Amino acid sequence: MRVTFTVNGRVHEADDVWEGESLLYVLRERLGLPGSKNACEQGECGSCTVRLDDVPVCACLVAAGQAEGREVVTVEGLAERSGAPGGRLSPVQQAFVDAGAVQCGFCTPGLLVATDELLERHPDPSDADIREALSGNLCRCTGYEKILDAVRLAAARGGETARDGEAARP
Amino acid sequence: MSDVTRTPTGLTQHSGTQGGIGASTLRPDGTLKVTGEFAYASDLWHEDMLWGFTLRSPHAHARIRSVDVSAALATGGVHAVMTHDDLPAATRYGLEIQDTPVLADGVVRHHGEPVALVAADHPETARRAAAKIVVDYEQLPVVTDERTATADGAPVLHPDRTDPHAAHVPHPNVVHRQPVVRGDVAAARARADVIVTGEYEVGMQDQAFLGPESGLAVPAEDGGVDLYIATQWLHADLRQIAPVLGLPEDKVRMTLSGVGGAFGGREDLSMQAHACLLALRTRRPVKIVYNRFESFFGHVHRHPAKLRYEHGATRDGKLLFMACRIVLDGGAYASSSPAVVGNAASLSAGPYVVDNVDVEALALYTNNPPCGAMRGFGAVQACFAYEAQMDKLAAALGLHPVEFRRRNAMAQGSVMPTGQVVDSPAPVAELLRRVQALPLPPQRQWESAGGATDVRALPGGLSNTTHGEGVVRGVGYAVGIKNVGFSEGFDDYSTARIRLEAVAGEPVATVHTAMAEVGQGGVTVHAQIARTELGVARVTIAPADTRVGSAGSTSASRQTYVTGGAVKHACEAVRERVLELGRARFGTYHPAWASAELLLEDGKVVTDGGEVLAALADVLGEESIEVEREWRHRPTEPFDLRTGQGSGHVQYSFAAHRAVVEVDTELGLVKVVELACAQDVGKALNPLSVTGQIQGGTLQGLGLAVMEEIVVDPVTARVRNPSFTDYLIPTILDTPTLPVDVLELADGHAPYGLRGVGEAPTLSSTPAVVAAVRQATGLALQRVPLRPEHLTGT
Amino acid sequence: MDFLRPASWAEALAAKAEHPSAVPLAGGTDVMVEINFDHRRPEYLLDLQRIGELHTWDADGPDVRLGAAVPYTRIIDHLADELPGLALAARTVGSPQIRNRGSVGGNLGAASPAGDSHPALLAAGAEVEAESVRGTRLIPVEEFYTGVKRNALAPDELIRAVRIRKATGPQQFSKVGTRNAMVIAVCAFGIALHPGSRTVRTGIGSAAPTPVRARAAEEFLAAALDDGRLWDTRGPLGPAVAGEFAELASGACNPIDDVRGSAAYRRRAVGVMARRTLGWVWGAYRGNEGRGAACA
Repeated sequence: MRVTFTVNGRVHEADDVWEGESLLYVLRERLGLPGSKNACEQGECGSCTVRLDDVPVCACLVAAGQAEGREVVTVEGLAERSGAPGGRLSPVQQAFVDAGAVQCGFCTPGLLVATDELLERHPDPSDADIREALSGNLCRCTGYEKILDAVRLAAARGGETARDGEAARP
Repeated sequence: MSDVTRTPTGLTQHSGTQGGIGASTLRPDGTLKVTGEFAYASDLWHEDMLWGFTLRSPHAHARIRSVDVSAALATGGVHAVMTHDDLPAATRYGLEIQDTPVLADGVVRHHGEPVALVAADHPETARRAAAKIVVDYEQLPVVTDERTATADGAPVLHPDRTDPHAAHVPHPNVVHRQPVVRGDVAAARARADVIVTGEYEVGMQDQAFLGPESGLAVPAEDGGVDLYIATQWLHADLRQIAPVLGLPEDKVRMTLSGVGGAFGGREDLSMQAHACLLALRTRRPVKIVYNRFESFFGHVHRHPAKLRYEHGATRDGKLLFMACRIVLDGGAYASSSPAVVGNAASLSAGPYVVDNVDVEALALYTNNPPCGAMRGFGAVQACFAYEAQMDKLAAALGLHPVEFRRRNAMAQGSVMPTGQVVDSPAPVAELLRRVQALPLPPQRQWESAGGATDVRALPGGLSNTTHGEGVVRGVGYAVGIKNVGFSEGFDDYSTARIRLEAVAGEPVATVHTAMAEVGQGGVTVHAQIARTELGVARVTIAPADTRVGSAGSTSASRQTYVTGGAVKHACEAVRERVLELGRARFGTYHPAWASAELLLEDGKVVTDGGEVLAALADVLGEESIEVEREWRHRPTEPFDLRTGQGSGHVQYSFAAHRAVVEVDTELGLVKVVELACAQDVGKALNPLSVTGQIQGGTLQGLGLAVMEEIVVDPVTARVRNPSFTDYLIPTILDTPTLPVDVLELADGHAPYGLRGVGEAPTLSSTPAVVAAVRQATGLALQRVPLRPEHLTGT
Repeated sequence: MDFLRPASWAEALAAKAEHPSAVPLAGGTDVMVEINFDHRRPEYLLDLQRIGELHTWDADGPDVRLGAAVPYTRIIDHLADELPGLALAARTVGSPQIRNRGSVGGNLGAASPAGDSHPALLAAGAEVEAESVRGTRLIPVEEFYTGVKRNALAPDELIRAVRIRKATGPQQFSKVGTRNAMVIAVCAFGIALHPGSRTVRTGIGSAAPTPVRARAAEEFLAAALDDGRLWDTRGPLGPAVAGEFAELASGACNPIDDVRGSAAYRRRAVGVMARRTLGWVWGAYRGNEGRGAACA
């Protein structure tokens, strides 16, 4: 079957999609967007987290046909979506690099999408809120401590940016 | 091959010369990893590629009467089906012992053993075709433990063994056996005031790296093959793959793809040879990616172990003797079992001085899943047992667990049970002191000021099982000892090729090694070493491949030490050449070129007094200096087969943990509240990475303590939980705060004084958590992972 | 495999009538796992995502009529007052990503004894609105579960909605898993006080071939509350009453040993959860603290 949907603001079309394929497979193998990762394909690790019509979901559990006509945001679209100048990272991406929250990096794309959504909803989350929001994203390398650091850092920088923004207003 | 997309590219980082050793330089691959551009092995893609799929045995032990692939071959979209009969050359491989069939040869010896391969144009086509392969199995009796494996008439899993251990093992179903005998245990036992014994068990843990096994094999015009792969050791793979393909090693060209974690689980081959075989058969690129279910069958696991320990001490708390027997289940094939046995035996006494020991460690062949390397490698199992024993002894003597350990802690100059003298710092007592001195986390953190309950801070978490009822706190301590590097006389070396050139007036160093970056941050550290040694700001890390010599395995906590050592060594040679070039070009202009100690700093040649002699770019001009060097750590000795004596290890590393837990004693649920670690790292080349390694290792130990186990049916030897639904690893909500205290006591034998970091924190974390649960519950708890059933007597 | 994409409920019913083997697909959190792992190859997938009314609810009457595909996240965010037990259960489902997709309709369709919503539905009281081209019927949730992963739906029926009694008293939900998040229930327990009818209802998950009510425990407790006039006095429950209630809840289990837990443990844990959750709901009733809504 043919599936047409928007990814990171651009319309994509995939042909000859097998009906049992997941959105994750289509993104990775048909649209050349392998940033969303295939760690478990059973919704237990969060590595394939994308936004589907704004909502964070496991792309491995969305049938390709269910994406028809909908809007998907993947890790590849985070920088642009954040309004970061061309070639620069989004604040959340930058915070993950700076805090040492990336080791093997396989969980990172899913964590970034989940964190991005958390901070959108909740710009200044408590540690318990961060843990609950990221409880669907497994990481095997870091022990999560530096991921918490990264989220706190991104939140703090977001706060600064917001304050700067307010101050700059006449 | 240019049409392969998403192959690795060089990582260039310009981070100023302050990005040398000791700085928390950021990862050169960090940006690629957060944008999704970093190319992992499962991301590889080729316009023309086929998908490989593996048919695996549903039985743990069976004779294959026949295999009929005709229906699979006739399926549209299928390009090849291969069985054992189609193999072109060697039919077995193995890290040390070549006992593992590439595809089952008439017998399967474990659940999930590969039987046939399919290549097709879509993964679903390959799966459907594989389902049409008819295999006629005759089930055979299984052996699953020491009793069944060594019983009279037990099926011998590998008859006609010719491996080096075959001659000294007590039974052909024993892979390797290593005693360690020192002093006089019988006499010491007679003198002991207190004797404690215990039987312990460690379940089968999985590495559970997140990036599944995967790779892409591309047939080449010269009849060879290019393999892009996630592995821990390119050259060890190459050594095993080439004979299977019947190709000389130079026709099998391997390039490391992005690796999504490893932890030992990528030391053995998984799909490497399979993808190459299919590619050579079909003349098409072939990609194989395991899903999570298959991944549980695609790699070896941590050896489950049964351990029996006996310790004796004097009334004033001095250890007199230790006797133990450690039985490791190696499963169907040898993998790295012999080395795991060596580790378990030689490290079985822990970081304690005990003059009289009698140790026997062995690994079995059974029909359980094959077991091999996982972070901690034989030392994890022993640590769980000896630390439980230390607590028992402390209790028997009325001493605090830390105080008892302190009285027996080894130090620099102590003698191991193997007779090896520990000739670098061994701050065991100090590490314990540090974790003990930390303030304890506040009580009842689940209660907010308003009296509301935050279940996220309680055992059971969001599942809302308690609002404080039945919850008891406990505190536990543990410390462990791990060897660094390959041991027992292994020629453990690494190769580094360094190029230095001026690009647009700026000196640039390129570091080329075959080191497998699996997430540990070796690429960061290598660039730091090059900056420090060559005084350049800009360093490129070339993709790891087999066009350069071996860098050894990314395991045994050895890469910073050994490949880092090779990078340092090669950089020193480059520096000599730079200075020679400088002397030739500019020596006549300044006497210091000849007389002074010269350094490379900030892109310049300077004297040790700080005087600038020339810019590095000017010295280099159009020249490019390239040097390749091998570097090895000092040699080790094999352990004597009868006594276990020998200086078998090159370096030891130590970590200590304090665990604070809260246990719901009625439901048997555990919440680890804090898990603090102190570790000596010799020299932290990158403090941020060091902390990350310690926290990550600590959490894997926590997982083993309270949830992680591959459950194998004791009757059928089939794996019962091969999924992330039922093999649980800790989430961020299971993870406590992980304070880390890093000591830096230099080891004079190691580059920069460093000490391997990665594994030690995985050892003591498990027993510390269990000790804390014991303190909270008063239960003996002899097995990990703890299950609610153990804590509730159900 | 065919992918059917009905644009309306009527089209969905027609498609299901024409292809009774079609597997309904909403959030995909169960079905897609089975497809990804090659455990299932249905002839037809029937995508219900496009049918708007399945994602809405109506809370005007004494029941909440909850569309079959309303994701758990929406229940947590919007229905915690009306359906506190279900909201608590919803918060234990999988992960945030799963809660954004999974739904009560899906839980009922899969009819796994470990489904997290079942104990809450049993405790609150609910009816499943099953519909086909032949018409609509309401199936009391107790009668909906017919066996391990089997339910009372006819091959041509789809779940349109679930009608769940709105809470008139405190409700609680508790689940045992060996991890603090993202875990399938080893066993679970739901309880709801219904002061209007002076009844207590319960639900047990993952401790019998189907989700079940602990009827003997419910009846015992209702009698004990009546005898002591406790509904009126709001006096304390004695430990003996709580203990007997727990014992009877335990006795309602018919569990198995499996990789997630032993039968003996499940029996014990259900008893502990029954005692604790009874303590929480009765405490809330006595203190009149709303309806025992979520902690934290």
